[in-house]
Amino acid sequence: MAAKKKSNEKSDLNKVPFSTRVRPYMIVAPSLIITIGIMVPFAMAIWYSLTNYSFKLPNHKFIGIQNWVNMLGDASFWGAVKISVLYGTISTVIEMLLGLGVAILLNNLNNGLSKVLRVLLVFPLMIAPVTATIVWQLMLNSSVGIVEKLLNIFGVYNFPWAAAPGTAMMTVILIDVWINTAFIILLVLAGLQSLPKSPFESAKIDGGSAWFNFINLTLPMLKPSLYIALLFRFMAALQEYAIIFALTKGGPGDSLMSLSLTAYQKGFKFQKFGAAIPYILVLWLIINIAAKRIVNRQRAAQKQAAGLEE
Amino acid sequence: MKTGKQRTLYVLKNLLLLIYAVFALFPLIWMILISFKSDTEVFTTTFLFHPTLANYREVLIRSDYGRYIRDSVVVSGGAVLVSIIVGVPAAYALARYNFPRKEDLAFQILSYKFAPEILVVLPLFMIYQKIGLYDSYLGLIWVYQLISLPLLIWVVRGYFEDISVEIEYAAQVDGYSWYQIFFKMLVPLIKPGLVSSALLAFIFAWNSFTFPLILSSNKVYPVTVAIMKYLGTDSAHYGQLAVASTVSALPAMIFALCIQKHLVRGLSFGAVKG
Repeated sequence: MAAKKKSNEKSDLNKVPFSTRVRPYMIVAPSLIITIGIMVPFAMAIWYSLTNYSFKLPNHKFIGIQNWVNMLGDASFWGAVKISVLYGTISTVIEMLLGLGVAILLNNLNNGLSKVLRVLLVFPLMIAPVTATIVWQLMLNSSVGIVEKLLNIFGVYNFPWAAAPGTAMMTVILIDVWINTAFIILLVLAGLQSLPKSPFESAKIDGGSAWFNFINLTLPMLKPSLYIALLFRFMAALQEYAIIFALTKGGPGDSLMSLSLTAYQKGFKFQKFGAAIPYILVLWLIINIAAKRIVNRQRAAQKQAAGLEE
Repeated sequence: MKTGKQRTLYVLKNLLLLIYAVFALFPLIWMILISFKSDTEVFTTTFLFHPTLANYREVLIRSDYGRYIRDSVVVSGGAVLVSIIVGVPAAYALARYNFPRKEDLAFQILSYKFAPEILVVLPLFMIYQKIGLYDSYLGLIWVYQLISLPLLIWVVRGYFEDISVEIEYAAQVDGYSWYQIFFKMLVPLIKPGLVSSALLAFIFAWNSFTFPLILSSNKVYPVTVAIMKYLGTDSAHYGQLAVASTVSALPAMIFALCIQKHLVRGLSFGAVKG
């Protein structure tokens, strides 16, 4: 921090008293102090990626970039990248659209139904993801599953769901959507509730259509909240592990072996922690790049929205 | 004719909402049904079965489930509380002040969400054992900050940025102290963001599995780890799993019910905005 202050000495900031200049840093400091400790295990993990660290071996030794070379030479690596990105993108897009739609309906309808559902619709998020997956598994079961019975009415029998490579991804995304749309609903609903009233009142006088108001008022003012919801959901979806593992353990075949699953498999099942870390660091990099882009858009949207509300 | 059209639209909106509600709530009802089934009936019956309370007896009376719930409440509740105390002021500073490296700091806090927990959990395990935080409430509350703090800061920051600076200046001119402005004026305005992100942070901390699995064992035993017992190594006890999961969701459900009315912004917003 001292270095930072020094570099700003030349700018016009040095006209501001020192105490005022450090105040924001002081306020942010507790949050950073609490979390900065994580840099130590993070650095240690990067070091382990250069060793043959394993729970089976009493000691570990430096093996250079061997783990990285192995990963890049592994035919399944690029498949894992593709599965992670595909899964993260599809599930996030569906959840964003569905969540936005439901939140708008909940906000729009001020009746008993919407008031009750505002609480109830968050409940899927509260069930441990592994349990949620198992309940869905039982519902999709081909002999007694309720969904199977429902499909039988329409003449569909023994729909494969998670058992076939072609439908496994769709099944996992279905469960992901069931759990995590609630996350989007809650954040977007809070965003809708805090929109200022006055722009809408003047719009009412101007007599714009509901659609016109949505595109020109609601959406621009809601955008910052939408980007925050997108940011956190996309970051989590790219890392999704629990649902896929509980449903198929990455199968059938390698059809759902994402970066997370490959890393967990190498780290825990095969007990090669050092070999698992590069997969996670690649994931870290992908998420870092995606987050940076979303954050930039969020910052721009925030500035634009502030202008609209003034 | 317009009223007729509006009427149709109103019915349509309710219908759409209802369809989503069936999708979102049916699996929960299904889970509760399973909780009353014996293990043999899970795979042989759909709706008709002999309801039994055996699963509830097994989980709630014959095991330490109450203790697991308590541990989860302490750890998740504690984590959210710490996040609110350090995070809300940080969100305020990141929204209000313009200072060098501000966006970098905000991004740094966000970056703790960039990797699955497995990346840091093993090195953390060794560190925790050395400094005596292994298997302690404090240890989990601390590491849960990685789950709760980034979300809270980033959501609340947006709500602070929505409030125009002029209102604060006006209140200062009127002779209010900084504390009065913060608690009486700003906090009601950020309430929807604060309560929604606090609830989400609580749920994510509650559902966290990898951290408590590796960083605690006997003294601190959160529900998510305990639930795995019912999946057993030989045979899965679906009924008991359903009971454990249903009961485990109750604290978050109560939390959600309590904050429901705060999800709506304070009345003052309309008066002070634009």
